This record gives sequence, structure tokens and C-alpha cells, in this order.
Amino acid sequence: MMNRTGVLSGVKVLDLTWHIAGPFCTKILADYGADVIKVERPDGGDPARSLGPFHKDEPHLEKSGLFLFLNTNKQGITLNLKTKLGNEIICELAKDADIVVESFRPGVMSRLGLQYETLEKSNPRLVMTSISNFGQSGPYRDFKASELILFGMGNTMYSNGLPDREPLKRGAGTPALFFAGNLAALATMLAFYGSEIHGRGQFVDFSIFEAQIGGSLERRASLLSYQYNGDITNRSDPRKRAIYPSGIYRCSDGYWDCSAIGGIWPTVGKMMEMPEIIDDPRWSNAGAQAQPGHREEFMAFFIPWCLERTKQECVVKGQKAGALCMPINDMKEVTCDPHLNERGYWIEIDHPIAGRLKYPGAQIKADEMSCAGRKSAPLLSQDNEAVYCERLGYTKRDLVRLRELQVI
Amino acid sequence: MAEMTKLPLKGIRVTSLGVVWGGPYVGMQLADWGAEVIRVESTKHFQPLTRGMEFRPSLESFKNRAGLSVHLKQNHDPDTAHNTYNNFNCHSNNKLSMTVDLTKPKGMEIFRKLIKVSDVFVENNAPRVKEKLGITWNDLRDVNPKLIMVSLSSFGDSGPYKNYRCLGAQVEGFCGHNYITGYPDEELDTVSASYISDMAAGVNGALAVVMALHQRLKTGAGQYINLSQAEAFIPYLAQVVMDFTMNGRVTERIGNRSYHGAVQGCYRCRDVQGKQSCGNEVKDTWVTITIANDQEWQGFCRAIGNPEWTRDDRFQDSLSRLRNHDLLDKHIEEWTIGNDAYDLMYILQQHGVAAGPVMDEQDVYSDVHLRARGFFHELSHRFTGTHLYPGPAFQMPKACSKPSSPPVCLGEHNEYVYKELLGISNEEYAELEKEGHIGTDYALEEVKS
Repeated sequence: MMNRTGVLSGVKVLDLTWHIAGPFCTKILADYGADVIKVERPDGGDPARSLGPFHKDEPHLEKSGLFLFLNTNKQGITLNLKTKLGNEIICELAKDADIVVESFRPGVMSRLGLQYETLEKSNPRLVMTSISNFGQSGPYRDFKASELILFGMGNTMYSNGLPDREPLKRGAGTPALFFAGNLAALATMLAFYGSEIHGRGQFVDFSIFEAQIGGSLERRASLLSYQYNGDITNRSDPRKRAIYPSGIYRCSDGYWDCSAIGGIWPTVGKMMEMPEIIDDPRWSNAGAQAQPGHREEFMAFFIPWCLERTKQECVVKGQKAGALCMPINDMKEVTCDPHLNERGYWIEIDHPIAGRLKYPGAQIKADEMSCAGRKSAPLLSQDNEAVYCERLGYTKRDLVRLRELQVI
Repeated sequence: MAEMTKLPLKGIRVTSLGVVWGGPYVGMQLADWGAEVIRVESTKHFQPLTRGMEFRPSLESFKNRAGLSVHLKQNHDPDTAHNTYNNFNCHSNNKLSMTVDLTKPKGMEIFRKLIKVSDVFVENNAPRVKEKLGITWNDLRDVNPKLIMVSLSSFGDSGPYKNYRCLGAQVEGFCGHNYITGYPDEELDTVSASYISDMAAGVNGALAVVMALHQRLKTGAGQYINLSQAEAFIPYLAQVVMDFTMNGRVTERIGNRSYHGAVQGCYRCRDVQGKQSCGNEVKDTWVTITIANDQEWQGFCRAIGNPEWTRDDRFQDSLSRLRNHDLLDKHIEEWTIGNDAYDLMYILQQHGVAAGPVMDEQDVYSDVHLRARGFFHELSHRFTGTHLYPGPAFQMPKACSKPSSPPVCLGEHNEYVYKELLGISNEEYAELEKEGHIGTDYALEEVKS
């Protein structure tokens, strides 16, 4: 039975985040049923509302595909935290929350009187997650950053790319920021579960820079390689790997990725219907493969084999033989893929201004956990009445005053 | 001194049959935050890419693998190489290891006993392996009704690709990540492998465990969660996904440029002499810079001393700068190329411009910020010696997670698990040792991979 309320139903989250990493963290909580109130500034709201892509390329505060994706299932209110009244209201909401997530620059929460030490006094079970580029302390605390910079400092950018060219980030969008938001959701839930069990809340100091290092096994592994052997991982040409096939190869209609690393060379012989290569001493073990000339001899028949087939044909043969392989898809192919469609991965949600749109579904697809398609991202100030009147007891006349005083 | 609290998962026991990275990542997160994570391993089965790329690797095979440098090279010993593999040791602080041969009925009996006293079971084996061994949810749910079981696989347990096997690199090819990665002017086959989807699976596997624990507080019951690595990862590409679902646009790769209209790049800095670097005498260094708006542009111009070229009409507003990005990059690199990447970060940050060095491993370990935040932890390990290990992915100052033990060795906790947890007598323990269930080395003649 589908549990429409989600596993986190009843968990109250006050969301003071903006841009990408923070909102992704609270989106995840909301997708699993938490009651998330997103607080935006009255003038223009979350800056992510002004980031593309926009529906039909029409820049509009309610049509950013990024914002719409990042804020599904949340309630949205506007509040000017710099006004005295705004500050009182936010303190009241924080008192009532199980979880506060914020992504202001370090120090802003203290200036607003919302530091964890203060909130904790009236709400000792409170979990507060502060997401920032470099954490709440240390010499880089107030530095600015971007997707590119955080990946370059924290993760494996130095070794990504070709040897004679500049190091490369990954992806065209902001995968490092999404990864950080995802990890922050885990951190928040760990702290929340701890507070349920031990009766005391936690402050989570989440540094996106540190998450790039401590949260990435690629980076952790290369750091140990340096510790153990003094090796710095340099950029290397993936076409010249010592073990092969391993990487991306051209087919008749695009590219596929095929790998025989980890001692599964025999799968290549099976896949290509060339049993004679399985025991060929040039390739049958990793040490032999690395000998000069052996790669070229293999590629002389492997490359034409790929080029004679479509990527789907290659993948079907490879998977049947036990090789590790998949096609290189563009986004059209991803969104039309029969497997994801059969599993009902994509969800469609109506939005009053942007219309009915297709979104990626919940990352953890378990009926008992997720309720990802409940509602679309809030319009700016959409839930003011619900939160201020129904939850906090203000009258509709008060709302008018708050508006006039530029509090909401 | 502030009052310390207990680690959130103190008291939770996790049994893990994790291989390669996805499953072990779940265990790493749970162990970092207080759970007792017991890896179930075998002295007779060597799982490639888990405790090594190959069984008993030769010294020659280390030397031949630039970029896949793995075990400890000094004092190289094929007999203990499985305890010195960096791709394993990077996730196995704080964990416990026991060995048992699951292909024998006695081994399965022991495993089921362990499941009985576990809160969580995490695994990421191929579906056929699970069925053959008899460790599916249907096999285990009655052993322990409170059990939470999380299975990770590339594509989930239904649909046409449910039996497809992949590493992260191939999952990311499928998800569209590789298509939008790389130099715009090079072929796609120059894109190196990426394993961020393993992390996506691991983070969400751990999140699923914690949410299921939360639910168990209310219901008293366990549950089974099957997670698809592809589905966990695709949301990281949200801008590109939404541009297709909203506008039918297929995004192409843009190298280091910004999706959101900033001007940015990775610029060459001064070469550094004499750094240890796989035999290279000279090391290249790089800085990344992002200029998102007019204010930051003005800051940038001040930082570099307002040279003549910055007053060029082609750079006076954000759109013009984007249109003339290539030319701008050339000017920026003329400035960066003679300088030190860290100096550039400090100068630019002082002027309100986002910038940072592209850090290699040596830079990370000597980074003043990470050191000031106590990010590294010194641990001594029987086979690799004393080294600095990176800390967890995030900090909870009141609970202070620092690694309590170094990367776990094969079978290191057999005594504890068999005798204390499962109540097995000394006589039976000796018997199991003889039968090859218990050990701390691979059984040379019998190993299958």
C-alpha cells in the first residue's frame, strides 16, 4: 500500500536555505513527507528563482526549472528577517521546529540572534544544520565559492582531464552542489535520529568543501595513495589506460562505456564471440596488458568491432557476456529510457504558472518512504496565510499590516 | 568545555556484505556516526575491486598502473596486500570484519545468527549472487522481523536492466553525466571515469537506513529498501534534465564554464619545482575563478591592478563578457600564469571574487583551513603504518566523530563476533577455524574470485 504521507510525516522543518545545496537538502526531507516551511525574502525570493533553465525560455520568478525541482512539496512563506517583527516570527517558528536548515553566510544566523546555542535553550531536541561553502570556522570561512571552485579545491579535479590541458570539472550543471545537499540531508537525518534516541539535538556544521573530500571515495582513495606511497594522481589520457577495455568507445551511432577491469577479461572474449583471445598471453592478465604494444594490438580489432554496431547492440552483447557496460546517453535518451519509464521513475506535477512538468522522482523509491509527487514548488509567499494565520494565529488584517510594514 | 552528546547511531548494529564502493559507502557513513558495522568477508572468496584489483598482486603490477596506484609499495607483500589497498582503506575506518564461508550450510547458519542480532543489513551484490547464497529479503525477513535491509544495485530490482552489471562509470554514462562532461573541442572518449554515482547510491543507502530506523521507532517493524544507483544520481543533473523535460533541449558539454551565466575558468599558474609527483620534476598548478556579476568584475579588475585591457568595451557588462569569454580567458591566464595559485586565491577573495587553487593530494594535506578545522586524523594501522586519514564528510561539534580505529583488516574481529556476539564456544571456534570459515588471510589454494 502506498503511504501517501511519507516516512517523515510529522517532522517539522524550518527551511532558511537558498540557491542549490541547501534547498536540495530540504527538498529531500520534503519528498519523504517532512513538513517543510521555506522562508524567502519578500523581494524576489530565493535567488534560484532567477536561475535557468526557464520554462519555454521565459525568465520568470515562477518558471525556473531549477527552482521548481528544488522546492517540491514545501510550503513557502516570505519574511524579512532583518525587521524586528520578522525576527520575532522566525524565533517562534524555530521554537516549534524539529529541524532548522540554513545556508546563510557564516555569522548571519548569530547576527539575527538565531545561533544554535540560543535556539537550543528553548528547544533542546532541536537539530540545526548549517550549510556553507567552507564551514563555520577556519581561515576560509568567509570566502566565496562556486561549483567549479569547490570541486577544484575539494575533489579530484586536478586528476580529471587530459595531461596537456587544464583540469576539468564534471557535468554541465552543478553536480557537486547537489551531492553536498544530498549529504546534508543524510547529516540532518542522522542528527535527528540521534535526538529521537538520546533526547538531545545536534548542530551540524556542514562544509561543502569538506564534503567534497570526506564524502568522496575517489578523493579519499587518492589521498591514501599519497599517504601510503607519496603518489600524486596526475591527469591521464583515458585512451591509454594500462587495463582495457576501460572507458568510452565510439559506436556506429554514438558512444558506449565498456570496462573489463577487476579481472573480468574473459567477458570480453565472450562478448566479441572471440574465445581465442580469452587465454591469449598478451591480454589475459593485467601485467601483460600493460606491456608495450599490446593495447594497440587489441584496439586494432576492438575499435572496428564497436564501430560496426550501434551502442545498444554493443551493450546487449556486453551485458549478456557479463562485461560492465552501458551506452553514453544524452538527456533525451535518458528521459525516454524504457527501463526508467517502466519503473515509474519520472513524476509529473501540475504548477499553476509553469503548467504540468516532468521531474526526476524520489532517489529512494520505496513505497513506504516517499511521497515525492504531492505538490509543486510554492509560488512566492503562497502559504503566508496558512502559516501566519492558521499556525501562528495572526488575523488576515495583521497580514495586511505585515505586508505594509514590509515584513512579509 | 561544552557537554558532549552520544553519536547518533550508538547502539545500532549493521551487518554489511558491501563490495566495491556503493555498499561500503553506506557502512562508512553509519560507522562514522556511531553504528557497529560488521563486514562479512570470506577467506576463500576474493571480490575484485574490494580488497584489491587482483588477488596477490605482484610488485610489477603496481608499478605498471599509473592512476590506479593502489597498495602500499614499500615493503610490498602479496600475502598481506589485501590489507593495504587504498580503495578499500579509504572507507573502512571504524568498521569491524569477520570471515565466514557463506557457500557452506554451516556458514549460512552463522550468518543467520548474525542477522538475528543485527538492526540493519546492507549489501550491493549482483541479484544472482544473493539468490544463490540465500540472502534475499525473503530469506531473511523471518529471521529477524525488526531487520532493515538495504540493497543497492545499478538499476534496481525491476525493469529491463535489473540484471545489468556496471560500475559507477557506466551508470553515469547511462544517466547522461558523461555526455555533458569534458572539453567541448575534444571527442567524448577523452572523458575520464567518474564515480560520483557510487557516492549517490551510498549517501541514499545510508539515508534510507536512518529513515527506516526512524520509522521502526513508530512501527516496531523492519523493512526492505531496494535502491537504484541511476535513480539516486539523476537528480544531480537537475538543470539539464529540466531543460529537456521543459524545453526539449539536449545540453552539450561546456568544459569548465558556468551553466548559470558567470564567467569562469581554470587558469594555469606558476609551475612548482621539485614536488613529489610520480617522477615528475615539475608540477603544473592551476587556479579556478568565478566572476558572477558586475560587482565581482569590478573587484577582479581592482585585484589585478586595473590593466588597460579591462577597460575594453567587450568586457563592460555580463553579457559582453560571456560573448567574449575566450578572449577574456586569455587575458586572465596572462595574469595567473606567473603566480602562485594560493596567492591568487587570497588576492581575489580579498576583493570579493570567488577563487581557489585546484588542489592535488599534497595541497589538501597542507591546507591551512582543513588543518585549522581538525579535518585529518592520525591513525596507526598494522600493515600500512601511521598516516593521516581524512575525517567524515561533515561535522557535529557536540558529538565529535573522529575515527576510533584504523581501516579494518580481514577477519580482525572474528573472536569478538563469534564468541561475544554469537556465543560460540572455544571448541566450536577452533573447529570453524579448521573448516576455513575463520581466518585473517586468504586460503591460498582455494580462493575464487
